Amino acid sequence: MRDLRAPFLPAVLVLIAAVAAIPIVTGNPSLREEIFLVLMLVTLASSINIIMGYTGYVSFGHIVFFGIGGYIAFWLMQTFNVHFLLAAIASAIPAALIAALIGIPILRLRGAYFALATVGINEAMKSFMTNFEPFGGAIGMFFSFSIYQQYGGAREAAFLAYYTMAAIALATVATSYVIRRSKLGLSLMAIREDQDVAMLVGIDPARAKVMAYVISAFFPALAGATFFFKNGIIEPGPAFDLLRSIESLVMVVLGGIGTVAGPIVGAALYEWLRGFLITSATFANFQLAIAGLLLLLTVLFVTAGLVGSLRNRFPRLRAYIQ
Amino acid sequence: MSLEALLPSAIDGLMLGFVYGLAALGLTLIFGVMKVINLSHGPIIALGMFAVFILFSGFGVNPYLGVLAAALVGLLLGVAIYFVAVDRVINATELTTLLATFSVNLMIIGVATVIFTTSPRSVDIDLGALRAGNVTILGTHGVAVAVAILVAAALYGFLFRTRPGKSIRAVANNRAAAELMGIDSRRMLALAFGIGTALAMTSGALLATLFSFTILSGGTYELKSFVIVVLGGLGNPTGALVGGLVIGLLEGVLTVFLPVAWVPVVEYVIFVAVLLLRPAGLLGARA
Repeated sequence: MRDLRAPFLPAVLVLIAAVAAIPIVTGNPSLREEIFLVLMLVTLASSINIIMGYTGYVSFGHIVFFGIGGYIAFWLMQTFNVHFLLAAIASAIPAALIAALIGIPILRLRGAYFALATVGINEAMKSFMTNFEPFGGAIGMFFSFSIYQQYGGAREAAFLAYYTMAAIALATVATSYVIRRSKLGLSLMAIREDQDVAMLVGIDPARAKVMAYVISAFFPALAGATFFFKNGIIEPGPAFDLLRSIESLVMVVLGGIGTVAGPIVGAALYEWLRGFLITSATFANFQLAIAGLLLLLTVLFVTAGLVGSLRNRFPRLRAYIQ
Repeated sequence: MSLEALLPSAIDGLMLGFVYGLAALGLTLIFGVMKVINLSHGPIIALGMFAVFILFSGFGVNPYLGVLAAALVGLLLGVAIYFVAVDRVINATELTTLLATFSVNLMIIGVATVIFTTSPRSVDIDLGALRAGNVTILGTHGVAVAVAILVAAALYGFLFRTRPGKSIRAVANNRAAAELMGIDSRRMLALAFGIGTALAMTSGALLATLFSFTILSGGTYELKSFVIVVLGGLGNPTGALVGGLVIGLLEGVLTVFLPVAWVPVVEYVIFVAVLLLRPAGLLGARA
């Protein structure tokens, strides 16, 4: 019954698709660039929310999967001239596998230890890639222009990347919603509240957590593949950028941790704010400081984030906003 | 690849390890007392560097007086950070305190980049050098080690011999019980955060006398501090000092056998391995 009364998921998906269509319809290239970035951030934030919001594990270095996906796909495209869509999928599968392999041991760690381990893994990967010559080492890899010819030119390739990123964002949000309403989601949230009690009621925490971690690694890998395909160049620094990782956490918290809509709202808001600050004459220089101040105010006073606060304030909205 | 280079390189690394240990001590003290990972650690180290730089090149103050000034500023800054960003969320989840201290990180970096830009700076002092065979010990490095040892010893004296020090340890041990004994735990937490920050600024100040730096240099040392703290056991001060020496020595030795760029790979792999196999640290009780 509730699903009939509140078609939350279709509404959100239609909204995202509609926003993604705006620059296509108006033919505004700079708006397209901006929305491409927002779609990517929605993907990253929603993915992190699955492991952090639902399960309670602060994956600080989550960007590692974005980098892994980007690197593998880039290498496949550059070296073997693999089609982008195939390369993206072929990169997300090993990324998910890696998540399963490292997830099994590190998800046994709790609290701060887990957060630090994910930072360590990201930094280890970054410094490894800096030295790994087959992937270009510190210089990284770049496309020759001819790569884009099989897609009909650089312009068409950019469009393909745009549509793909929109599809990834939609798939991530849909997955995030399905998990939240599923038995797996229930298990994850039980683990978040109290892992020992969750075990007592028959949940296998290790399995549920690794599953969540693998899913939350899959979509960032796709996003990484798409981002660097469009970028035409990949380097260790931007691929494993810890700051971008932390920024996605900030988006989740800003929008509302543990909700489906929160990361979307957070990503859009954060990116809009950054755009506003950078272009503003008064604040351009203090962009980082103001971002920090807003984060602090959110953390101190709006703990549940925007969506969470709305849900708390108006309980009747809970049926409509997930 | 020459083995001749091994001894000087190892000694160099070991000496640097004392300064690393000091920075890690600040991080681990804060974690040990209040279970907060201070993500503003890196920028604070950088502020220590710039404190010395400003006093030295702007006012001609002796860099080692600058180190002392940096420590004092660090103490006040840390207490301020505690009351502004940490106090309200001290009992919240890790994510909350991580993000609260990270917001301080953003604010410091944001403002300091505008003031100092990201161009490299250095504090030029020459205290001569001590030579024996192919080992050369620069005077600045020697003094840095001495200061680091002195500060660490003073910290131990404070924590074990004085009333506020003992109160901090009591709060770290059991906050509720400490309060029942009449200790104002909030003041002790603020003091501990201040001391942790002072240690970070001191190590930054010492690093400024050794290497050139930018306002973003703190990040590298922050990550190094993470590695060291985990190696020695989160919240274990002695572990942090020993961990600092281990990492310093390791860096010195590894650079003889490996290209420098591979050293961080080894460090982070050790870091993750220790977290997985001995989360309580190499010196800690078996997990």
